[in-house]
This record gives sequence, structure tokens and C-alpha cells, in this order.
Amino acid sequence: MNNNSQHEIRFHGRGGQGAVSAAALLSLAAFEDGFNAQAFPKFGSERRGAPVEAYVRISSSPIRSHNQIYNPDVVIIQDSTLVHSEPVLEGLKDDGLVILNSDHLAEQRNNYSSGALWITVNANQISEELLGRPLPNTVLLGALAASTGWVSLAALEKAISHHLVKKGETIVTANINALREGYRIAEQQEEAIS
Amino acid sequence: MKMLLEGSHAVAEAVRLCHPQVIAAYPITPQTHIIEHLAQMVANGELSSEFISAESEYAAASVVLGAVATGTRAFTASASQGLLLMTEVLFNIAGLRLPVVMVCANRAVGAPINIFCDHQDSMALRDAGWIQLYVSSNQEAVDSIIQAYRIAEACELPVMICMDGFFLTHAFEPVDIPEQTAVDTFLPPYQFSRMLDPKKPMTLGGGSEPDNYLEYRAALHNDMEKTLDRIQRVGSDFSQQFGRGYGGLVEGYRLEDAEIVFVGLGSLIGAVQDLIDQLREQGQLVGALRLRCFRPFPAAALVRSLSSAKRIIVMEKAFSAGAGGIVATELRAALYQAGLSIPVDNFIGGLGGRDITPSILEQIFHTSVSSDAAIDCRFINKDDMSHAEGNATTPGEGD
Repeated sequence: MNNNSQHEIRFHGRGGQGAVSAAALLSLAAFEDGFNAQAFPKFGSERRGAPVEAYVRISSSPIRSHNQIYNPDVVIIQDSTLVHSEPVLEGLKDDGLVILNSDHLAEQRNNYSSGALWITVNANQISEELLGRPLPNTVLLGALAASTGWVSLAALEKAISHHLVKKGETIVTANINALREGYRIAEQQEEAIS
Repeated sequence: MKMLLEGSHAVAEAVRLCHPQVIAAYPITPQTHIIEHLAQMVANGELSSEFISAESEYAAASVVLGAVATGTRAFTASASQGLLLMTEVLFNIAGLRLPVVMVCANRAVGAPINIFCDHQDSMALRDAGWIQLYVSSNQEAVDSIIQAYRIAEACELPVMICMDGFFLTHAFEPVDIPEQTAVDTFLPPYQFSRMLDPKKPMTLGGGSEPDNYLEYRAALHNDMEKTLDRIQRVGSDFSQQFGRGYGGLVEGYRLEDAEIVFVGLGSLIGAVQDLIDQLREQGQLVGALRLRCFRPFPAAALVRSLSSAKRIIVMEKAFSAGAGGIVATELRAALYQAGLSIPVDNFIGGLGGRDITPSILEQIFHTSVSSDAAIDCRFINKDDMSHAEGNATTPGEGD
């Protein structure tokens, strides 16, 4: 990971998977940690299943640009089928990071070899176990926190509690467990790689 | 308090702090979230306003016209076709000298129909007699709404805060929401000298004849020009009290010895400033000037800031079909009047939500400095774009 003062993260998902909410949650957590943060969706027609992008900038200095993100440090791919149909890796920095929601990852990594580090998390399975539905967001955010250290687990937990407060305590707790599980798996994978 | 909020939510917070007694609106993307947040605040009892869901934008504008004429503060917001549906009423609000404040969540105008950002909607209303302030961030949107009520009520003219749809309205950014007491100190209660009152019957909006219509209209022009001072002064009062300023009419960036100056409006300017820093590191003498106040047109302020430039690049997200760029045309006229013959290159881009990327900005710069004659009006089209982007994603392509 580079140590520039500004980090750029691009989310790729499908309408209904919550890429926009994930970006908002991440920006809220980074802000909670004392950073400047910005989150916004790529503005497309909102329909379930259509490819969706969302962007987050995290910086220690004020963020001036309102451009979409073209050279991300990290891409988070919420649906592995997007790897084949969308230019999800375009512009990714050479030493960048890919966090992919998938159950079979070695194959993906080999097909798209570059200097980028790949972390694979079966976030659908984890979220189905913990939330009862395949909602990969919080699992993937946990993985991001573990593999970059750009945002703290505590701040993400606070953002989730705040953001999901209307959905009740059960859902908040389940999402926090999903977040922690994503964190744990990514931490393990990173150790295995290094 | 500093918070991370969606732009639309931040705008609603600012409106709440100004205590409008009447809010009337009709939803249209990308303005809708502003109105939803305000409706929620009224429903929650956090804002004691009459919230009127009008049957059209024409009706919403008519409601705020009437409300302000009876001496109550009012707010509305719209965009695109919705704003244009208000057109007749907006001319009347200005002609009647009513201090209405509204937000335009800037969006393209059909056809073809497009929900995304450009400045065609508010630019089409440039002749209506409304003060127009274009903001570059959500913090500036918040601060400008508070300033707008003070400007409007002091000048008895309406103010439109223009903020980029989606780029600002849908972006989560840190914003400092001022304390109520501080806003109350800055913004005195609305007192309208010509208030409609059944106890003192009078006519508002009577007819006029050929022998006096011109004088009314000329007075509107003269009074609009006089608001330039007020906009500047309210801006400096605000920055004195709150510690944040936006230059009043225009905001310069690294202009001191700049030979090439970018001129633009709205949220685009952040990326331009990043490019200026980059080009300065390469030894280029470049700067940027953001036009915050577009109506009244701050010709003198622009000429003052640009008089030592050797070349000016105007980028705009709107145009007058058959004539070209609106800002560039007006700027050329202002420079000519001041006896300055500085080439003004005009680029039209970012229409219908297309991102003006850092590499496109760089390409505009190089195109401009390598041209001899001034570029009259050039659209940044798709070929230029794919050429410029190289290895980056081209927004919108393949959708």
C-alpha cells in the first residue's frame, strides 16, 4: 500500500447490493477516525441488478476534487461476475488492492495477474449465515479495514450502529459480527501471503 | 458542529436554521432529497414551518411568492424541467421585488431527457432578475443559503443558490453546521416594508402601461447591479463571524503572477485547483478564477482579477444554442469594455453529468496554450474524451 495522504477506494456492485451504502458507511467511519472523507455514487439509473459504482476518498487534508475515481488504490468487488463484464480493474494502481467477494478465488487472481494484492472473502456465505441474506457490505468493509488500516474497526462499528439504528439491535449486532468476520479472514489471508 | 452529511441533508439543515415559515415544493431529481429532509424535519417537529406539497413547480413557486409577499420567510427548490416550469412565476417574483430564496440542484434540460448535472437549467433563467450564486462545495452551499436570506431581504430581490446535482447534492462531505444562536445573530428576522396586510389594503402586481413599464424594468436592472456590493459585504461579514469565506463575487486561486487563468463555476473548481498545483510544480504560471456570483454579472471584479492574464480558459456546463458559451461571451464583452484584448478560449463540457476528468482538464490546458487564435466555442466531445482518458474508465460509455 502506498502512503500518500489521500486514499481512493472504488466499489463495484450490482443495484440492490448496497455499494452506495457501503461507501457512505466507510466515509462516516473515516470521518469518525478524524479524517476528511467524501463518498458518492456513480450516478446511473437505479435498478436492481445493474452494475453500480461508488467512490470514497479518505484524506488527512481537505478534499477538493469532486471527480469520479479513475486510479483507485483499492477496488472492492461485491459481485464476482462483474470481473468478467465490467472494467472493474481499470486504472487500479500497480501496487493496489483488490477485495473480491467470491467463493473461488485462486483462479480469478491468476487470470488477472498484476502487482495488485488480492484478498478474497466469501462474503455472501458469511452474510447469509449471520444476516440471513447475501448482503456482503459489512463483511467486505471489515476486510478493507484489516488489509489497509485506513479506518478502525471501532469507527466502522460506530458507523454501522448509527446507520442501521432504525433496523433494530439484532440487525446491528449481526452486521457488526459480519464486519468482524471479514476483518478476521482478511487478516489471516494477509498473513498467509506475507 | 462538524458532521459528515449528504449535500442535500446539509442544505436542509441550513434552511432549518433560517426558519422559513413556508416551504413549498414539488419533487424532481436531483433536488428531491433536500425536500424530503425538510419534510421529515417538519414532521418530527424540529422545524415549525408550513410544508406544502404543491401539485406542480408552477404552484410551488406561486405559493412562495404569496408567502413572502405577506411578510413570511419562504423556501423552495427545484431543478431542470421543474425550474423551467416555474419560469413565469420566477420572473414575477423578481419583478415584484420579493426576497424569495431557492436552491437549484443543477441538472440538464431535455431533450434528450437526462437527470444528471449541468448548468443549463439555471443559466436559462439568467434574464429573470434573480441573483444567482454557484457554489463549489456543500459547506459553501450551507453558508450561502444563510447569506442568501440576508442578501435577499436587504435588497428585496430573490436569490437562487445553484449547486451541482449529484456531484454535490448526493455527495457525503464534512460540513460545519453553524449554531442556531450564531445564525440568529447573523440573520435578523424578516421584516417586509411592502407586506400584504388586510388592514392596509393595497395592490401587489398591478398592470403597467407603455409610459412606465420601461422605467420599472430599468429599475430592476439598476437595483440588480447595486446588489454586487451587498453580496460582497454579506460575504465578508459572514467570514468575519464564521471564519469561512468564498470571495463574495469571484474566488481566485494562485492568481498572483498567473498568465493562463482557468475560469469556471461550481464543483468543477476543486479538480481545476488540483491541476493548477500540478502545473505550477512544472513551472507553469497558471491560476484559476471561480465565478461565484453569475447574476448580477460581476464585470468589474472579473476585469480586476484577470487584467494581467495573457490567456483565459472558460469552461462551462451550459451554452446558448446558436450563440455559444454564455459565460465566455459575457466575459469577452466585459474585457472589451475595459479596453483589454486578452484571448478567451471557450470550452463547453460536463453536459448531462459527464465527468470533466483531471486528464481532460489537462488536455484543455495544452490545447489552449498551443493555439494561436482564441478558441471561440469548442465542445469537449467523446473523441477528445476517449483520447484523453487512456487507461481510465470512460464514464457512461457502454451503459
